[in-house]
Amino acid sequence: MSIQGVTVTAEMAARRRASVMAGLVVLVVLLALVSLGIGPVRLSPLTVIDALFGGGSDVQQVIVREIRLPRTILAVAIGAILGLSGAALQGLLRNPLASPSLFGAPQSAAFGAVLVIAFGLADVRSYALPVAAIVAAFASVFVLLAVAGRNAGLLILILAGLAISSLAGAATALVMNLSSNPFVALEITFWLLGSLEDRSFRHVMLALPFIVAGAIILLSRRNAFRALSLGEETAQSLGVDVGRLRLWVILGTALGVGGAVAVAGTIGFIGLVAPHLMRPLIGHDPARLLVPSALTGAALLLAADIAVRIIPSTGDIKVGVLTSIIGVPFFLYLIMRERRALGGGVA
Amino acid sequence: MTASAFLSAHGIRVVLAGRVVLNDVSLALPSGRLMALVGPNGAGKTTLLRALAGLVPCSGAIDVGGDALASLALRERARRFAYLPQGHIMHWPLPARDIVALGRYPHGATDPSRLTPKDAEAVLRAMRATDVAEFSERRVTELSGGERSRVALARVFAVEAPVILADEPTASLDPRHQIDIMKSLRAAADRGALVIVVTHDLSLAARFADTVLVLSQGRLVAQGTAAEALSEQVMADVFRISAYRAEYQREAVIVPWAEI
Repeated sequence: MSIQGVTVTAEMAARRRASVMAGLVVLVVLLALVSLGIGPVRLSPLTVIDALFGGGSDVQQVIVREIRLPRTILAVAIGAILGLSGAALQGLLRNPLASPSLFGAPQSAAFGAVLVIAFGLADVRSYALPVAAIVAAFASVFVLLAVAGRNAGLLILILAGLAISSLAGAATALVMNLSSNPFVALEITFWLLGSLEDRSFRHVMLALPFIVAGAIILLSRRNAFRALSLGEETAQSLGVDVGRLRLWVILGTALGVGGAVAVAGTIGFIGLVAPHLMRPLIGHDPARLLVPSALTGAALLLAADIAVRIIPSTGDIKVGVLTSIIGVPFFLYLIMRERRALGGGVA
Repeated sequence: MTASAFLSAHGIRVVLAGRVVLNDVSLALPSGRLMALVGPNGAGKTTLLRALAGLVPCSGAIDVGGDALASLALRERARRFAYLPQGHIMHWPLPARDIVALGRYPHGATDPSRLTPKDAEAVLRAMRATDVAEFSERRVTELSGGERSRVALARVFAVEAPVILADEPTASLDPRHQIDIMKSLRAAADRGALVIVVTHDLSLAARFADTVLVLSQGRLVAQGTAAEALSEQVMADVFRISAYRAEYQREAVIVPWAEI
């Protein structure tokens, strides 16, 4: 084999990845157009595009640009950061079952936010909410990785994640239990289910800066994940500061998940599912999975948020409920596939 | 030897979880040699390799290529030491080529699909030296143990570091692969690298190493050619065995024989 041979095969693989990526971008754009068109007033994608750029009637413009655009932006941003942080955690821990929701990060973020709301520490639309959510998410992932220790196997990580999400759930229940105002408790319950309904640009401004910051942090570390596939010691010997990398990934995940939870409640399992959908198409390289997983996450949440508006039901189905209903069986399927690693002594 | 030492260590002491693993180890090793580091289980061989590579905190002084190890940034250390740990961990089913290309990470080539011609040449040289070019596109998880160990070694060679630290590179390999790996390491030393190999195989150590270093209970107890360092006295004191000793094709042959 020659140098040309090496670079040519690498280029072929790169071209295939690029076409998958282009397909994903097209999918996200199409789903976003559908999402902007769906609601009490149905609009065709062409009308939506027209209204977005200042055409159509005033009513159409208000519907698309002020009512539905924030919801769609949040679906894209939150889906993307969940997919991205799932792929990043899987890369960091070299573990295909890692994801924010299995580690209790969204549940902990929700606890942080609930604490702020229930005790009236801040208005629901203030920055105190995402900050509290981010702090709680950071603490939860930090504690999880500290408890699990270095080179933790699947089983330990998942058990520790179960413990932390149970604790966060119990703490949230306690706060609602103690809250004197039953209306506040009810409001919290609905918010916990996870939804993108009736979100405004105020919500976008609340979440987006944190989500973008988290995404930048996670993406900037991407090549270190590839070195980590040789184990922490070898990665360190190749010049990766593994201890610092862990902190950065925890911070990036916490910023993204905390920001997302603060405006949309807990939306689970997108971080787990997205990287798995991409591996057969992109390959297992943890660095190259990040962006496609983010795009897939965005497409998944857009699709779920469209589905909850189309599925006929007496009440509103919350999008967080839908992602869990679909995500949990997928998780069971993954457990079945990883059974050998989970049951064996190597776990 | 001290004057031309490329890698020197003075008074290395490592304490892990309250146990003194290495105690006052001093070394001065020149380039272009293959060193075998031997000793019973728990003697501190792996810890010494890790200390030399800066992967475990230690007291004492280490100098490499005229610089104090402590003064070097992580990436500069990574360019001077290529480290092959035990077990050849490869977590994801990546193509062998991408694993080998990780050897260029310390040189700034962090993305294997965007290698500069210089990095691509280094990767190719490493793959040729270890004979892995034929399966460069195959996933490492689908390779046999012998093939995987050659890929792991190719990754180490691709760093093109002046010091190569290999921890039991021949463990659990068939005799042919053991010889292949040792020959590749021997060739790297002949090209000018300082190669330190941890091994339990005293026959391989005697056959391929210029110098054998014997570690026992955290101390360096013998150092020299195989015949000198693995003397009857050392075999008895350190390994508590006797050995069959001979010479074949002008190399020392040492075969562990019976317990004492």
